[in-house]
Amino acid sequence: MIHSLFLINAAGDIFLEKHWKSVVSRSVCDYFFEAQERASEAENVPPVIPTPHHYLLSVYRHKIFFVAVIQSEVPPLFVIEFLHRVVDTFQDYFGVCSEVIIKDNVVVVYEVLEEMLDNGFPLATESNILKELIKPPTILRTVVNTITGSTNVGDQLPTGQLSVVPWRRTGVKYTNNEAYFDVIEEIDAIIDKSGSTITAEIQGVIDACVKLTGMPDLTLSFMNPRLLDDVSFHPCVRFKRWESERILSFIPPDGNFRLLSYHVSAQNLVAIPVYVKHNISFRDSSSLGRFEITVGPKQTMGKTIEGVMVTSQMPKSVLNMTLTPSQGTHVFDPVTKLLSWDVGKINPQKLPSLKGSVSLQAGTSKPDENPTINLQFKIQQLAISGLKVNRLDMYGEKYKPFKGIKYMTKAGKFQVRT
Amino acid sequence: MTDSKYFTTTKKGEIFELKAELNSDKKEKKKEAVKKVIASMTVGKDVSALFPDVVNCMQTDNLELKKLVYLYLMNYAKSQPDMAIMAVNTFVKDCEDPNPLIRALAVRTMGCIRVDKITEYLCEPLRKCLKDEDPYVRKTAAVCVAKLHDINAQLVEDQGFLDTLKDLISDSNPMVVANAVAALSEIAESHPSSNLLDLNPQSINKLLTALNECTEWGQIFILDCLANYMPKDDREAQSICERVTPRLSHANSAVVLSAVKVLMKFMEMLSKDLDYYGTLLKKLAPPLVTLLSAEPELQYVALRNINLIVQKRPEILKHEMKVFFVKYNDPIYVKLEKLDIMIRLASQANIAQVLAELKEYATEVDVDFVRKAVRAIGRCAIKVEQSAERCVSTLLDLIQTKVNYVVQEAIVVIKDIFRKYPNKYESVIATLCENLDSLDEPEARAAMIWIVGEYAERIDNADELLESFLEGFHDESTQVQLQLLTAIVKLFLKKPTETQELVQQVLSLATQDSDNPDLRDRGYIYWRLLSTDPVAAKEVVLAEKPLISEETDLIEPTLLDELICYIGTLASVYHKPPSAFVEGSRGVLHKGLPPRTGSIEGPESPDTAPSGEPAADQPSVIPTQGDLLGDLLNLDLGPPVTGPPMATSTVPMGAVDLLGGGLDSLIGGSGSFTAAPSSTAPTNVGAPLGSGLGDLFDLTAGVGTLSGSYVAPKTVWLPAMKAKGLEISGTFSRQVGSISMDLVLTNKALQVMSDFAIQFNRNSFGLAPAAPLQVHAPLAPNQSVEISLPLNTVGSVMKMDPLNNLQVAVKNNIDVFYFSTLYPLHILFVEDGKMERQMFLATWKDIPNENETQFQIKDCSLNAGGDGHSSTALGSCASA
Repeated sequence: MIHSLFLINAAGDIFLEKHWKSVVSRSVCDYFFEAQERASEAENVPPVIPTPHHYLLSVYRHKIFFVAVIQSEVPPLFVIEFLHRVVDTFQDYFGVCSEVIIKDNVVVVYEVLEEMLDNGFPLATESNILKELIKPPTILRTVVNTITGSTNVGDQLPTGQLSVVPWRRTGVKYTNNEAYFDVIEEIDAIIDKSGSTITAEIQGVIDACVKLTGMPDLTLSFMNPRLLDDVSFHPCVRFKRWESERILSFIPPDGNFRLLSYHVSAQNLVAIPVYVKHNISFRDSSSLGRFEITVGPKQTMGKTIEGVMVTSQMPKSVLNMTLTPSQGTHVFDPVTKLLSWDVGKINPQKLPSLKGSVSLQAGTSKPDENPTINLQFKIQQLAISGLKVNRLDMYGEKYKPFKGIKYMTKAGKFQVRT
Repeated sequence: MTDSKYFTTTKKGEIFELKAELNSDKKEKKKEAVKKVIASMTVGKDVSALFPDVVNCMQTDNLELKKLVYLYLMNYAKSQPDMAIMAVNTFVKDCEDPNPLIRALAVRTMGCIRVDKITEYLCEPLRKCLKDEDPYVRKTAAVCVAKLHDINAQLVEDQGFLDTLKDLISDSNPMVVANAVAALSEIAESHPSSNLLDLNPQSINKLLTALNECTEWGQIFILDCLANYMPKDDREAQSICERVTPRLSHANSAVVLSAVKVLMKFMEMLSKDLDYYGTLLKKLAPPLVTLLSAEPELQYVALRNINLIVQKRPEILKHEMKVFFVKYNDPIYVKLEKLDIMIRLASQANIAQVLAELKEYATEVDVDFVRKAVRAIGRCAIKVEQSAERCVSTLLDLIQTKVNYVVQEAIVVIKDIFRKYPNKYESVIATLCENLDSLDEPEARAAMIWIVGEYAERIDNADELLESFLEGFHDESTQVQLQLLTAIVKLFLKKPTETQELVQQVLSLATQDSDNPDLRDRGYIYWRLLSTDPVAAKEVVLAEKPLISEETDLIEPTLLDELICYIGTLASVYHKPPSAFVEGSRGVLHKGLPPRTGSIEGPESPDTAPSGEPAADQPSVIPTQGDLLGDLLNLDLGPPVTGPPMATSTVPMGAVDLLGGGLDSLIGGSGSFTAAPSSTAPTNVGAPLGSGLGDLFDLTAGVGTLSGSYVAPKTVWLPAMKAKGLEISGTFSRQVGSISMDLVLTNKALQVMSDFAIQFNRNSFGLAPAAPLQVHAPLAPNQSVEISLPLNTVGSVMKMDPLNNLQVAVKNNIDVFYFSTLYPLHILFVEDGKMERQMFLATWKDIPNENETQFQIKDCSLNAGGDGHSSTALGSCASA
């Protein structure tokens, strides 16, 4: 199972190590550093690295490498999933996950890690349970602890762990009972030069924030459950019920959790809410090129597109760009050659555009590659797949909860080739 | 205040200061001090000197302090074993605590202290905790057994903990079951032979029930354990599949992939006509696609596994091509894997899309990726015949970009396209030749030279082109040198008049000036060929080449089947069986790998292929034709069988002279054939060559002097990869008048083999099994069994070619396999060799006259046959 964990920052310093079995010398990370050197960018460091006696499995998040060391045949996905869970837990505990924060809370981090694995076997990974065992630091609690001498380690048996619903802690009490569900859809798409869609798919999730007293039993039904043919559920969802009735029936964990994620694949028609008109040309002879982009709405079901952000990685030979936007602000970083244009809202009457010229390094020939345009946007109150929640019911408790459902569509990996 | 304050002490005597604080009377100060110690420990500072002081803080009611001290203990107990004993009492006391959290914590921590002396004290508390009323304690204790086993395996076995652990599989609490399975799996890994996880239908049922209720991690352990189970029939397989399928909708990708493994494995047992089979196939696609929307690291592992799944069952994902399209900001390791799968999924239906994508990728920034994309275009051409033309024109477009590495890759793949579709796209050669100067990579140069040589007759200035390469011959890599040699010989055979000088030049460069044995040997072979028999040379060098196969990089089927069983593991990421790289099992299983590897692949293979004909005499698997190369390897492996034992045993000494003389005359005569420049051949070459061969035959002569009961070493008759994992090797022997076939059956598959039977085809001497094949116990994976099968000569007779060819069929519970082998004739000879004069004459006369040929043996030294090896063939001889 998982032997050890090393946290390594972008500069290649090990700033935390944790061993669940015997101690593995940190020199094992030399193999990782080698791979890190070979990779052009941090993202490109291979996630599985063999060494003579160990395997290093890593994830890269928040500019930190989380490197797990294993010695025997262990499912790599198990390790990688676990590492992501560690990051999520840190984020949950400290709000952000960064080197500074981890160093600031090193003892809590160490205690949490100790609870998460025992001898390399996962022990408590549900945030509900972990927080019962080790209380997350808050300013108030730190103050109180200093005054009263109490600690942030709970003296409780994680009772939930042994019940039929291990994900929910017992004895939950709220004065305001509320349950919110966010249906968030991300569109991943590749659009080719001419504007036609090469591939498009929707990754959807339903994130919930449930603060309900006692042991509520919820059911959530959809207007059009047929859209959901490829789904992954939180363990609380009763699968049989879904199979037979297409209804989500579950006893929710307390607090924030991801109820469901789904995938609407390329075969179904995926509506593309924006289009990009572009004219980027470099000429062989002169060291000047032309650059022009216009963004406009396409299938938005009458909703406004906001938070639009255009980024594009320019070829290496681009020296500078002189551009004028019709709205928003733009930045070109001459070192990384990254152009970003913060557009904001799209007004269909007056389409935002960015025009100007590109200066190339003198003496170089026309770049071989065409820059790809990366698009980000948000549409409130719309699930682009058309998914709609029908109703939410609660059983098992007497009170009337406050219920709310929000929809949102975002760009995932949305790329336009030029 | 944050924990970073613990790092700020940089003053001298830090340890000393901490020591003072640890021994402080104030609780609060103590705790702060322990926290500082822990903080130093996490960043790798050595604070082991504080051991006694920290352990003193252990006796406390404060749970946090206790936990912190435990953390410290786990880290440093090993370096201070004597001091660690001090902690034992507290542990034992804590194991009796009314609070199950403390009991569990104590047993958990004790297991992490890797000190032998402590483990003895651990046994009693552990035994109690394994039977604790609280499942939380039981599940912690289960893991503790695995820890203890890691420290002292013998102790665990002696104390009977393994049996207790096995009992926990039937525990009422699913979490306990999952942890017991996890612990047992880990223990079993270090004991490959033990049957710790012997599953039966009852325990399977228990596991399947626990599967629904335990945590996601527990589900992974249980699923991986289930995958090792062998259902007794398809009904059981189906019912397990039905209960595992819901796991495909789990949010944890490791659960999904482990479920996929179980399904892929058990699917093998289901009949394809079954409705359920089709349903299952359909259900597998969406979760696999979903894995690709996860984080890149997860995607990578998923893609490596999908690569296997696509090879095994392409139908699952055949409509999902688009999800493998590459996004420009995917990490490079994801891009490369996606590309590989795109090619595997390419078919006539989607080839247009795929090509458009590949062309797009070829203009990206990352060089490795661009190269692979260009190569992929070539692979598409080879895989989907209808697309070949479009691929070639795409490649030509790319060559026009003049981007150096793109051009080189394009040329390499175009060479492969030529090999697949000869005489179809030669019109592009002119364009290729234009780029000759820009090629600086050996592979591209070699490819270009191959093309020029192969199509020398259509390229007007082929000789000039090749000559230009010849100038820097010695600076080229071996690959290019070999290719250049072959290409010029081809050119010479096609246009002998103009290129005589060129060929002489290259031959002398290769044979005289080069140190490389491969190059020299190939040079001599060509030289000899050209000088002895130009017609034969033409036949050999310009022979029709077998077309290259559809897909060049498919994983070999037995390996693929094995890897499918390892879906979701490191083996599946590396596409190697675990025996090849996992520590511990190395060496034990590695030997068992089939001896053939892909080493015959290479630029020269088309030229060596024609020489495969003599290999037909070798033991070979009957139905396959395309295995000539494989058989060539067998030639190397089985020299004892190839030397006809009859000849060597009768005239052992004569053989040397005979052949030596023959060779001499061959070499001596070579000068007189000549169309080729044999005059420049260094004459001393012949002699060492001839004597070398003579030595070789000396060797066989040595073998021949053994007694009549000579038994050749066993050779592999049926390699595992051709028989779904069954490997048969064997030999023939004769002992005291009875013939026997000595077989070794090795099970290299992952399932048990049973119900063996054997049958011979009719053969020249009526050899037949005298008894059925007796394999008493079923053959477990990786086991071998030696069997001696008695034979007689009363079977039906049919003349075989060659005479001593024997075709054999072996059956087991999996399938029927065929192979053929040659048996040495001496096994048919009686030992005494004496025959009554009358009888000999009568027998002689029985043989019809037309079968008699006469020839003289010269220089035969008389003592050779002197010691009574005048053997006589017996049995129903079907006339030589």
